[in-house]
Amino acid sequence: MLEVTGVSKTFDGFTAVDRVDFSIARGEIAAVIGPNGAGKSTFFNLITGHLRPDVGRILLKERDITGAPPHRICLMGMGRSFQRTNIFPKLTVFENVQAAFITHRRRGANFWGQSDRLFRAETDALLASLGLADKADALSGALSHGNQKQVELGIALACDPEILLLDEPTAGMSAAETRETIRLLERIAAERSLTLLFTEHDMEVVFSIAQKIAVLHQGRLIAEGTPEAVQQNADVRRVYLGERH
Amino acid sequence: MRRIPWTVVVFAALLVVPFVGSRFYTFVATDIVIVSLFAMSLNLLLGYTGLVSFGHAAYFGIGAYTCALLMKSANAPFLPSLLAAGLMAGAFALLFGFFCVRLTRIYFAMLTLALAQIVWAICFKWNDVTGGEQGLPNVPYPEMAWMGSAPVLGNFRVGDHFYLTTLIVVALCFAGLRRIVDSPFGRVLTVIRDNPERAQFIGVNVRAYQLAAFVVAGFFAGISGGLFGIFNRGVFPDFAFWTKSAEPLIMTILGGMGSFWGPAVGAAAFIVLNQQITSFTEYWPLTMGTVLIVLLFVFPGGIVGTLTGIVVRLRARPPPSATSEPVGEAGMVKPNA
Repeated sequence: MLEVTGVSKTFDGFTAVDRVDFSIARGEIAAVIGPNGAGKSTFFNLITGHLRPDVGRILLKERDITGAPPHRICLMGMGRSFQRTNIFPKLTVFENVQAAFITHRRRGANFWGQSDRLFRAETDALLASLGLADKADALSGALSHGNQKQVELGIALACDPEILLLDEPTAGMSAAETRETIRLLERIAAERSLTLLFTEHDMEVVFSIAQKIAVLHQGRLIAEGTPEAVQQNADVRRVYLGERH
Repeated sequence: MRRIPWTVVVFAALLVVPFVGSRFYTFVATDIVIVSLFAMSLNLLLGYTGLVSFGHAAYFGIGAYTCALLMKSANAPFLPSLLAAGLMAGAFALLFGFFCVRLTRIYFAMLTLALAQIVWAICFKWNDVTGGEQGLPNVPYPEMAWMGSAPVLGNFRVGDHFYLTTLIVVALCFAGLRRIVDSPFGRVLTVIRDNPERAQFIGVNVRAYQLAAFVVAGFFAGISGGLFGIFNRGVFPDFAFWTKSAEPLIMTILGGMGSFWGPAVGAAAFIVLNQQITSFTEYWPLTMGTVLIVLLFVFPGGIVGTLTGIVVRLRARPPPSATSEPVGEAGMVKPNA
């Protein structure tokens, strides 16, 4: 599905991502973990086209997307959520999700139609599956943090992605909200046979749903494999898990 | 409580101005109608796309010169000249916008300003075509003889005829703007305004859409400039000067950029204030500035934003048994959606 080969990114002499090789197969659920500043967000931004790698190659569905602009990568079937909640705060919940349907199905260049009438059924169905049906007409910027995260997930899903990148999907959530979100993600990934790649601080979350874990440390990939293998890995225990336990 | 079709009411009220008012009222009304279009065109960028242009007068000026040159020097008829004014302004907006949308925020604003000043300088210096500093005086009125022979309108002056023509042209432009704002394209613009980074990752080519908005805004500014040149009976380099770019900005903020009609209300308030104050005192710029500052503090969401806020609060007060119709329909309570 996604194949990253030898990708590096340097900012003013500081190497944020250092020759990382990584791949994820269709339908897999993988997590990228690592301490703060390990380069997780930079790694995501390289994949989604927000940053251009200095060297290396990125393939999405066997097509080279290295250095392609984000909107094009998105249209090729990649969705993403952002670490800090990233929605359209002055639009209603309904309009947030509907806008994603409009743009992703390339109806945005229509100057003359009525946007209100487009994708109503699709939007309502998606909101219902996210448990947001009763909040459809609320201004999204006024919602709780947890609800905003759900709206953002709705925006990402409206783009009908084959692979979804989630940057800390449970950041700032209570334990209950976290559990609920994880269950929601698992269900949606199964329903849509999504490939899921996420970063996460909460190890419980990571080990509960990831089938594969990659560990970044100071920009370098120090381990990659099944949760069990990563847990056993001596390097990982030393630099990362060791710090926490 | 049924919704009052305010658009129709206001249009009808404006239609009867020449019947009930004096020549002076028609004059002020023409000014307001034309400048409203200028301000509304800017709000497509400011309120809907989140782009602050400090150089919108460039397209107003280009439209004014194009229309005036065609009608005066080439004896072209009115409507094709006016359409050409819009298209020429839109073409320049495409050229300039191509560079401007590569920059963000204050850099975008500065580049629009710089390019507008270049347009002004060219109008100022290119004597052979633009008449330089002297401008183009005596722009003819359009051919409106059919109105002179029409039953009721026959008694009116040519200024009244031009006012009615202007009113219809601008009303059509407003209908077009409304349609664009409510279209899927308009929705994408609000998405970009709210969050350009996120917009990219729902598949929006942000720059392309910003450029398209810039061109549409330039087109309508050009139409408004073309009308203003005729109304003013002359076109001068000042039409493209940076102070002219500030006017629609002030009007839009005064009227409220969060609503579709805000800029038009702001334009009316601005022009009426200006008229009143200039007849009062020779220190009108100082007085005008002071009044504007006070108004901006009194109406933080603009005149329209504040008034709709009051209406919402008044309607919220009675118990739910009173018909509680959603007020936000015309994009009034919530920001442009």
